[in-house]
Amino acid sequence: MSQVAVQTKNEAVEKNRAFKRIISKFGPLIGLILLTAVLTILSPKFLTINNVMNIARQSSINALLAIGMLLPILTAGIDLSVGSLLALSIMMMGIVTVNMGMHPLLGILVCLSVGAAFGWLNGILLTKLRLPHPFISTLGTMNIARGIALIVTGAAPIAGFPYMIQFLGREFVGPIPVSFLLVIVVYVFFHIFLTRTQTGRYIYAIGGNPEAARLSGINIDRVLIIVYTISGFMAGLAGLVMVGRVNSAFPLAGLSYELDAIAAVIIGGASFLGGVGTVWGTLIGALIIAVLRNGLNLLNVSADFQMTVIGAVIIAAVFVDVLRQRKSKKA
Amino acid sequence: MVGHAENLLEMKGIKKSFNQNHVLKGIDLDIKAGEVHVLLGENGAGKSTLIKILTGAYQKDAGEIYWEGRAVHLQTPADAMRLGIATIYQELNVIPQLKVYENIFLGRELKRGGKMSMLDHKTMREEAKRCLEMLGQSPDLADMQLGKLGMGQQQLVEIAKALTLDAKLIIMDEPTSSLSVQEVHQLYKCVEQLKEKGIAILFISHKLEEIKRLGDRITILRDGFKIETLPVKTTDTDDWIELMVGRSLDEKFPKQTFTLGREGFRVENLEVAGASEPVSFRVRYGEIVGISGLVGAGRTELARAIFGADPRRNGKIFIDGKEVKIKSPRDAIDAGIAFITEDRKGEGLLLDQKLDFNITMANMKKFTKKSRLINLNEIREEAKRFIRELKIRPDHIELKARNLSGGNQQKVVIAKWLCTKAKVFIFDEPTRGIDVGAKVEVYRLMNQLVENGAIVIMISSELPEILGMCDRVLVMREGRITADLPIKEATQERIMKAATGG
Repeated sequence: MSQVAVQTKNEAVEKNRAFKRIISKFGPLIGLILLTAVLTILSPKFLTINNVMNIARQSSINALLAIGMLLPILTAGIDLSVGSLLALSIMMMGIVTVNMGMHPLLGILVCLSVGAAFGWLNGILLTKLRLPHPFISTLGTMNIARGIALIVTGAAPIAGFPYMIQFLGREFVGPIPVSFLLVIVVYVFFHIFLTRTQTGRYIYAIGGNPEAARLSGINIDRVLIIVYTISGFMAGLAGLVMVGRVNSAFPLAGLSYELDAIAAVIIGGASFLGGVGTVWGTLIGALIIAVLRNGLNLLNVSADFQMTVIGAVIIAAVFVDVLRQRKSKKA
Repeated sequence: MVGHAENLLEMKGIKKSFNQNHVLKGIDLDIKAGEVHVLLGENGAGKSTLIKILTGAYQKDAGEIYWEGRAVHLQTPADAMRLGIATIYQELNVIPQLKVYENIFLGRELKRGGKMSMLDHKTMREEAKRCLEMLGQSPDLADMQLGKLGMGQQQLVEIAKALTLDAKLIIMDEPTSSLSVQEVHQLYKCVEQLKEKGIAILFISHKLEEIKRLGDRITILRDGFKIETLPVKTTDTDDWIELMVGRSLDEKFPKQTFTLGREGFRVENLEVAGASEPVSFRVRYGEIVGISGLVGAGRTELARAIFGADPRRNGKIFIDGKEVKIKSPRDAIDAGIAFITEDRKGEGLLLDQKLDFNITMANMKKFTKKSRLINLNEIREEAKRFIRELKIRPDHIELKARNLSGGNQQKVVIAKWLCTKAKVFIFDEPTRGIDVGAKVEVYRLMNQLVENGAIVIMISSELPEILGMCDRVLVMREGRITADLPIKEATQERIMKAATGG
């Protein structure tokens, strides 16, 4: 091979690498933009104010669950219970406000506290009972919470919530759904929490290397309990939004929502091994799922086929992540 | 062009870059059958990359490789294995639940017939026994469960595996770094036997005495270049170091002596995991105290007990005469104790986080404002200051810890502890696996700490390091302190005697 040929080959390799770097850093965002572009071409209804606001509204429940889910995943854990906690939280809220006729603010408090309390329990099971992996403890509480949600009303739904409770999930500010404004506020809050507070940094440290974190004086149990409590709290908050949207609470609400939340976090670039992942990546992950669902609906694709597509997207997104990991290890 | 037939392996003009980073800039290396060829160089000189090219894990960008005179292309690890190149890595690739012979034939089990037939345990066992005997081991080893063997014997099993593969060249990457003294001697014997059988060994080590004892020729790398290939027996270790670092080192151990002050740190009747009786010792200002002993003598356990890293047992710890209650690493840090652990990657660093994150993580309180938010600017400035002071290279806080060489990673860990304003520093094998240049920097830092009024304790398995840097040495055996010697009275023999109980 001549010298010149070698040189051009090296340049090509260099360009290829720069390209890969960009893909890996902004991969989820590029994916979202491409997806939007394709759907805009395929359906004239897609890129309208109305539809975009629709997507914002549809994404909000999953976005709230996903940002809660990001925390356990950052610590190399998982929270399978959030879908069930959502159901239990809103059933309890329904009992307090509709069946017992108490003040809606008390109902909201109950809704958020039930989620947080079960999240705290997840944390205790993991750290104090030393169950080997949160997959197990949260699998347990997932079933327990769902069971209680069914028991409390004998599986009957509760409807007719007061306006104050419905506000978050139902109202708009101009064209913008309040639920999406809530998502933005929550995400900004989480971004600050994770990057600018001691506990936030500890979450990354524990996921990156638990032993190094412990020997650096980090109280791992305390941080993990906070993490699962927050995740449970977010399930309660997502439930509040859901009640506003459908004006009823039913015990099978949020069934398998934890899987969409996990998918959003992973599509957003977080690592299952812990220590890697961002708030904005998670938001994009949640939006990708919502855009896909919405777009496929507009194109009259059946719900069954939608599942198949979303499954493929999860695998593709993680594969991009694997490529990135491989690259950073070689460098 | 062809290679020289008398060489088993010849590498010519090997080049390799990662992104913009040129790691190998034209390396030549030749190895003859039956020789022990040593590769010496600082961390980041290119040793690991060169080996990975030789084992087919990386592809070279330019250059030629000849095997027994013929040009070869090593595209995959399987290519290298087929030629007869085997590698014994620092981290062994074994499955502890399986028996020794099953490990030896892992992934290439012998069958009685075709692909789907039963395994031929008998032949595998016999072949494993033959190879173990070649290494001077008892053939009974073949039937033991691998996880029950010590590190040294596990390594010998890997070597036996290489023999069953008809390896002609065995690459050993710092094979003695985690072995006890007896195990090291066993390995030396085994290397000599391999030599007699005409098997070549490419030996990577930072330990100069070891190189002197085992090596035939030594190739020195620096900054991706081959500097020289020299005969081991007729050249001087000081010359090697000079070639390796590119400048003469004033001294290997820059020991400074300070005036001895009052007692600053005391441990009283501390119960250590696995020990028969509690441990007591004291350290005065102005001295560096070494803790010597064999692997498994309980030195790390002692440090972990002081630091509160393991569940607390009985015993008292005093700093400046005042008792400090330590139940957790947090308590220890708050009391002013720093513990630089032996295993940088496993216990010290967050490999996927940036340098500023790593350096400040043990003292986040310092950067947390009244608003409960962290001042990121202060974190960056503090990290930059330590990177400058400790000469961490590359000096960029945005880099992930993963991308640094071993010596620089160690400096990041030390920076983390300096950032906590600790008063008592316990170093556990602080220079393991780092190059001579970085070692001297670590030693200088210890001097500085003592000069600035800190207490310094160094656990080390390297006797020259203990004798070169410490003022006093404690020797441990079976969890007890069996000798407390001023350095003037400490000789290699006295320390070994106290360490072995002989």
